[in-house]
Amino acid sequence: MKLSRKWLSEFVAVDANDKDFAEAMTLSGSKVETTEDLGAEIKNVVVGRIRKMERHPDSDHMWVCRVDAGKNEAVQIVTGAWNIHEGDLVPTALHKALLPGGKKIEKGKLRGVLSDGMLCSLSELGLDERDFPYAVIEAAALLNDYKPIDPSKPSIPADAAPGHKIFGSVRAALVTRVESLEDGRFTVYCNAGEATHTVTTSLANIHEHDMLALDVEKEHICTLADLHAEQREFPHCIPDGIFVLHEDCRPGDDIKPVINADDHVVEFEITPNRPDCLSIIGLAREASATFDTPLTLHEPVVRGGADGVLAELLDVETPDPELCPRYTARMVRNVKIGPSPKWMRERLRSMGVRPINNIVDITNYVMLEYGQPMHAFDYRYVKGGKIVVRRAKEGEELTTLDGNVRKLTPNMLVIADETRAVGLAGIMGGENSEIVDDTVDVVFESANFDGTCIRKAALALGMRTEASAKFEKGLDPLNTLPAVNRACELVELLGAGQVVDGVIDVLNYVPQPRTITMDPARVNALLGTDIQAADMYQYLERVEIHTENHDFPNGPAQVSIPSWRGDVERMADLAEEVARFYGYNNIPITLQRGETTQGGYTPVQQAERRLGSLCRACGYSEIITYSFISPACYDKIGWAPDEPLRNSLKILNPLGEDTSIMRTTTLPSMLDILARNYSYRNKDVRLYEIGRVYLPGGPDGLANEPRMLTLGAYGEGYDFFTLKGAVEAILRDLRIENVTFMACQDDPSYHPGRCAGVYAGEKLLGVMGQIHPAVAANYDVDCELYCAELSFDALMEAQGSGAVYQPLPRFPAVTRDIAVVCKEEVTVGALEACIRRAGGKLLRDVVLFDIYRGQGVAEGSKSVAFSMTLRADDRSITAAEADEEVKDILTALEQELGASLR
Amino acid sequence: MKDQLAKIRAEALAAFEGAADAAGLDALRVKYLGKKGELTGVLKMMGKLSPEERPVMGQLANDVRAALENALESCSKKLESAALERRLKDEALDVTIPGKPVVLGHQHPMNIALDELKDIFIGMGFTVMDGPEVELAELNFDRLNAEEGHPSRDWSDTFYFDTDSRVMLRSQTSPMQVRAMDTMPLPIRIVAPGRVYRKDEVDATHSPMFHQVEGMVIDKGVTMADLKGTLNAVAEKLFGKGTVTRFRPHHFPFTEPSCEMDIQCHKCGGAGCATCKGEGWIELLGAGMVHPRVLEMSGIDPEVYSGWAFGMGLERTALRRFMIDDLRLIFENDVRFLEQF
Repeated sequence: MKLSRKWLSEFVAVDANDKDFAEAMTLSGSKVETTEDLGAEIKNVVVGRIRKMERHPDSDHMWVCRVDAGKNEAVQIVTGAWNIHEGDLVPTALHKALLPGGKKIEKGKLRGVLSDGMLCSLSELGLDERDFPYAVIEAAALLNDYKPIDPSKPSIPADAAPGHKIFGSVRAALVTRVESLEDGRFTVYCNAGEATHTVTTSLANIHEHDMLALDVEKEHICTLADLHAEQREFPHCIPDGIFVLHEDCRPGDDIKPVINADDHVVEFEITPNRPDCLSIIGLAREASATFDTPLTLHEPVVRGGADGVLAELLDVETPDPELCPRYTARMVRNVKIGPSPKWMRERLRSMGVRPINNIVDITNYVMLEYGQPMHAFDYRYVKGGKIVVRRAKEGEELTTLDGNVRKLTPNMLVIADETRAVGLAGIMGGENSEIVDDTVDVVFESANFDGTCIRKAALALGMRTEASAKFEKGLDPLNTLPAVNRACELVELLGAGQVVDGVIDVLNYVPQPRTITMDPARVNALLGTDIQAADMYQYLERVEIHTENHDFPNGPAQVSIPSWRGDVERMADLAEEVARFYGYNNIPITLQRGETTQGGYTPVQQAERRLGSLCRACGYSEIITYSFISPACYDKIGWAPDEPLRNSLKILNPLGEDTSIMRTTTLPSMLDILARNYSYRNKDVRLYEIGRVYLPGGPDGLANEPRMLTLGAYGEGYDFFTLKGAVEAILRDLRIENVTFMACQDDPSYHPGRCAGVYAGEKLLGVMGQIHPAVAANYDVDCELYCAELSFDALMEAQGSGAVYQPLPRFPAVTRDIAVVCKEEVTVGALEACIRRAGGKLLRDVVLFDIYRGQGVAEGSKSVAFSMTLRADDRSITAAEADEEVKDILTALEQELGASLR
Repeated sequence: MKDQLAKIRAEALAAFEGAADAAGLDALRVKYLGKKGELTGVLKMMGKLSPEERPVMGQLANDVRAALENALESCSKKLESAALERRLKDEALDVTIPGKPVVLGHQHPMNIALDELKDIFIGMGFTVMDGPEVELAELNFDRLNAEEGHPSRDWSDTFYFDTDSRVMLRSQTSPMQVRAMDTMPLPIRIVAPGRVYRKDEVDATHSPMFHQVEGMVIDKGVTMADLKGTLNAVAEKLFGKGTVTRFRPHHFPFTEPSCEMDIQCHKCGGAGCATCKGEGWIELLGAGMVHPRVLEMSGIDPEVYSGWAFGMGLERTALRRFMIDDLRLIFENDVRFLEQF
C-alpha cells in the first residue's frame, strides 16, 4: 500500500522526515517497506518561458533560445528539440542542475554557441506520458529535414518549391507563420504555391520557413506515416521533444511542485488482518495514534438537487442478502466526461493508479481515500432502472472491463439489471455498462460483499483485482455511505455532473456496536509489563477504542470497538493494541521461569546426528535434495512399469511436472546431484543424504515418512569395494552384528553383477552397488556411479548394544597363511564362512589377503589366500596345535567347496 | 717390555682415533685386545719376567688395557653418533611437500546452522520434535486459527494432495505446535525444525521447499517479556554478544500479540546499507503469544496457561551466516560449494 504524504497531511499533521516517519510507523505495527522522495533527484530546475528562438548559425537542426527563468536576465539555451515555440513554458535545468538518474547539467558551448542550461523532456524529469497525457508530441514531416535513403534517387527534390506536387493532392508548402493556441494546438499559415492555407494542427514541430507536405484538398499536414516514410528519412521529425507546460505556473517557479515531485511516497506492508489500513484514512488513523496527534476527518457535503427522484430512477434488490450485507448507491446526472484535474491525477499517480477520466478517477480516488471499492455504471445500460445483486446463473457470461469474456457459476455474485449481468460484484465491472465519453447519467455503487464469496470467485476466474483484494479481507460495512457521499461531493467539486438527492441504502444486517471487556491486570500479566491502567485506556483511546464516558478507570471496563477494527475480538487483541503504543521495545526482557524442563535429543535424533558425522568421517559430504520429483524419475532409474513403489503421493497443483510427486526412493535425487557434479567436471565426488521418502498409506490419509541414508560417489579408483568399505565402517560403528552382503541381480537400478543386498542376520538393511550403466546413461554419465540406500529405521533396529570391554589377550597368537585353489563361482564369502565354521575355538580371525588368477592356476579357477590368527586365552598354543586346526580347515574347504591347498 | 707396552698404547690410541667406522674400530679391537692381539701377545710374555718385575709390569699392562678399552668405548660412541648424524642428514625431507590427503566429508551449511540453533535451544531446556511433512490442512491451518478463506490456504500458495484440500504439504512448521499440544504434557518447551513447502518459483531468494524452525513454550504465567528474553538470548548466541534486536508488531493468525524480531545490521550497524536494503535492520523471525483460541482448540485453558511461539526460516539464517548470496546454491549441492563448509 502506497501512501502520498501530501495526501496524508490532509488528515493528520506529522512533522517527521521520511526516515523517522517510517521508523515510528514500523514500530507501531505499520511496516514501512520503502520511502521515496519523488523530487530527490531534481535540483535547480525551474519554469522558463521561451522569449526568442533563432536557428543555430552553425547547425541544421539546433535552436538558440532566450529563456526567461525568472531572473533579471534571460538565459541562453541551445536545444535540438523542434517542438517548442516562442512563448512556451518549459522546464529549464539551469547551470549546476541535477536531473533523475544522477544527470548533472553544466553550462557549455554547443557548436560554438554558449548554452547556459538545458530544456527538459518528460523523460528527463523522470516522467512519462501517463503523468501528463497532453505532453504527447506528434511530428510533421518537414521537407527541409528530408534525407533520401539513396541520395542519388530522392523521392522529393531538395529544391522543391512551394506547390511542388509530391503525390495526389499533397503539395510542398512553405510555412509563413505559426501561432500557438490556448489548447496546445497551433495555427499554421503556409504557402502551397498557387494558394495560401491556414491549418489548425497538433503537430508540434512546425516553425516559420519550414517546408511542409500539405494535402491541399484535406488541408492536412502530412506526418511521416502519411508519406509512408521511415524515421531515418526525416531524422529530426521525431515524436519526442521538450515538455511544454500547460500548468498554472510562472517563469522562475521551482519545477517540483508543478510536476508533483515535491511529494514523498511511503510504501507499507499491510498485514491481512488490517484491511482498514489499505486506505489513506486508515493509515492516517494509525499515524495519528502513532504520533499522538489529532486526526481531522472530513465530512462529505453533497449539494444535490439534480432533476428526478432517486426512488423512481433506481431500484435495488438483493435476493442473496448473506452475500451482500449492504448496498449503497447514488446517482449523478448530466455528467460531462473529461480528464480529472491535475491535483487528482497527481494523487492517483503518486499512489500508483493510472488516471482515466473524471468519473472513473473519482471512484479510484475514493477507494484510495476511504478503502471502500466503488463502481460507476452508465445508467442508460441499467435496464429497467433496476439493480439486482444476485448469484450468477450457471454458464452465464459477462464481458468484463478488461475485454475478457467470463463464464460464471452460481458461486459468483453479479450486479445485474432486469435482464443481464452488468458487473462482477466486488471484482470488476462489465463492459456493457462501462463509463464512456458520452455517458450522461451515472450510478455510483458503494457496497459491502461477503469476503469469502468474492475471494473464491476472483480465484476461480483468475482475476484478483484491487477491489477484490480488499473485499476478501472483510471491509467495514459502515464505510459505504461516507464513501458514496464523498464520491458525489467530488463530482460537484470537479463540476463533473449533478447529484440526485437521496441515497439508496439496502442494509441486510443490523449494525451493532461491539463491546468487550478490558482488564488491565490481565494485559500486564500477558505482556510481562507494569503499565498503569489509565495509560492503557489512553493508548486504546488513540485507536478509538473507547471506554464508556471516555473515563480511564483503574480496573476492568467495557470498551467499544470501532466498526473498522474487525480484528479486535478479545483480550489478547487489546493487549496488542496496548503494546503497540506502549512500545514493543519497552516491554521488559525476562528469562523464562517456572518448572524447568530437561531438553535434549531423542535417541533417534542422536543416532541421526551420529550417522551424519560418521559419513563425513568416511569422506562423504552432506547434500539436501527436494522431496518431490518427476514421475519420469522412476523410468530413469529403470523401474518396471508395475513396480509397486511407483505408487506415490501426487501433488494436484504442482509447480511443474518435475516437482509433482513425493519421492518413494531417494535414488533419483542422489543420481541427479551426482550427474550435476559430473557435468560440472568435479572429480572424486562422495555424497550422502539422510532424507525422507513418502509412502502412501500413513495414518489419517497422510504418508509414512521413513528416512533413508543414501550414499553416492564416483571418481578415480572408486569401486564397489570402496563403497562397501564405507558401508561396513558405518555398520561397524553402529555395532550391527551378523552383517552379510548377498549378491543381488534383480535390482533394475544397479549393475546385476555388482550389487549387494546388505543384511543384518535375516533383516535387509538396504542395497548397494554400481549403478546400472544404462541408468547412468539416462543421467548422461559415462563413468561408474556407486550408490548405497540404507533404511534408517532398519539400521536403528539392528543397532547393537553399547560397548562392553573384552580383556586383552595375555598369550601370543600364531598366524597361519593358506592359499587355496577353487572354481571361480565359489565366493570369498563362502570360503571365509567355511573357514570360520571349520575352525575350532582357537581360530580368532580370518582375513583375505590375495586373490590370484593366471599362470599356475587352471582356467576357470582362482587362488584365494587367507591369513588366520589362532590363539588360546589361557596358554601359548603350540605349532602342532595350530597345524592341526589348519588341517581341519583345509579338509572342510576341500570337501565342502572343492578348494584345495595350492 | 715397558717400552713395548708404551708403544702399543700409543699406537693403538692413535689407530682408534683414526678408525673410519664401527667395523674398522672392531678390527682394531681384535688387533690390539683380541686373543691373538698385540697386548695379549705382550702379556703372554709375562711369565718370562722376574717375580719382582711381574707385578709392576702386570699393573702397567692392566693400565694399558683399561686405557685402550676406555678409548675404544669413547671412539665407538663418537662413531655411532657420527653415523646417526649422517643418517639423519640423509633422511632429511622437504617438509613443504604436501601431506598425504585425508578425505573428510562436509556438513551441509544449512544443517550446520540448524545444529547450532538446536544446541542453543536444547541448552535452554527445549526438546527437539519431528513431525510429518505431508500434513492435514486441519493442523496446518484450522487448528492454527487460519480459517477457511485465509489467503495462504489458496491453491496458488499451498500444495495439495486431494481436491477437498484436506491433505497438503505443510506450509510451515507451525502444525508442530498443535502436535505438541495434542501429545505432550504441560509445561511444553519444544523446537521443531523441518522442511516446509510453498508454491514459489525457484529464484535467488525463493524455493518451493525450504526449512523452518518452530519453537513453542506453554506454561503458567508465560509473558511476552519471556518471549523477548529468550529470543534475545538466542540472537546473542547466534550472532554474538551485544547483538542489538528490536521487536515490531506484526500479524500471524495463531499468535496475539504478534511480532517480528529484527537484528541490527551487522554490516552497517544500523545506518542502512545494501545488506539490510537501507533499513538498518534485518528481519530474523516471527513470534508472538500463542493465540487464546489456538490454546482452546487444543484443550488448554487460556485463563490458566499462556505461551509464546516463534518460527524462523533457516535458509535465510544460513545464507546470512555464511554470506551466501543465492538460495539456489543450497539445493544445487555442487561439491565445490559443499567443501567450503
